[in-house]
Amino acid sequence: MQIKDVIRILDAEIISGGDLDQEIQSACGSDMMSDALAFVKESSMLLTGLINPQVVRTSEMLDVHCIVFVRGKIPGTDTIALAQERNIVLLSTRHRMFTACGLLYEGGLRGGAE
Amino acid sequence: MTPTISNCFEVSGEDFSRAGEASGKIKTILKQLGYDKDAIRRVAIAMYEAEINMVIHAGGGKAMVDIHPDRVDIVMADQGPGIPDVEKAMEEGFTTAPDRIRDLGFGAGMGLPNIKKYADSLSIETQVNVGTTLYITVRATQQYI
Repeated sequence: MQIKDVIRILDAEIISGGDLDQEIQSACGSDMMSDALAFVKESSMLLTGLINPQVVRTSEMLDVHCIVFVRGKIPGTDTIALAQERNIVLLSTRHRMFTACGLLYEGGLRGGAE
Repeated sequence: MTPTISNCFEVSGEDFSRAGEASGKIKTILKQLGYDKDAIRRVAIAMYEAEINMVIHAGGGKAMVDIHPDRVDIVMADQGPGIPDVEKAMEEGFTTAPDRIRDLGFGAGMGLPNIKKYADSLSIETQVNVGTTLYITVRATQQYI
């Protein structure tokens, strides 16, 4: 699945762009960053309700290409600036976490846990 | 023989939003060196968790990183409160983090377990009211030239 497919499936708004043709192989939904650090695999996407800059730093460590903010959340300028520096795509969807994950799963995407 | 590359960072405890800067820099350096990809990932995660812990619990500290051809040695040293019960601190879910840290998605009691998971070796020296030093080693599968 490519990032542009995610945008279509989740009817997502692009907060900070980049290469939307990038391939996403798995996804993780989490509001606990250490859980993400424990389980996220490479070529992953992170879905979260957190909008602070540390979400981007955590994603940087994990080589996450794309972060989806759920429940229509929009991050502040500091988070956006950090994501742009690190070439991480930021999206926002009005869907809740459960629904967003379900739609992506239905679309063929799988989780990253071992 | 490729020389060891040494790096030293002051980790500030003043601004939580900057926690992780040192880990990010080390990750960038390792990538530029063409270091073993799996090792880069594990170094980044282990060091980041340690850095976050320093900021949450100890008001910052010092990060010293030696990059060898076959491994990365990381020393994270602080002068914080120390860890009264290391065994307990190694349990997933145990935490003394304040609510404002949990609100940011951290302090879930996974820091030390994650470091142990990603490191090839982890050694902890700690003394209550003196500080804590973590010695972390991550080995590279393929040596870089």
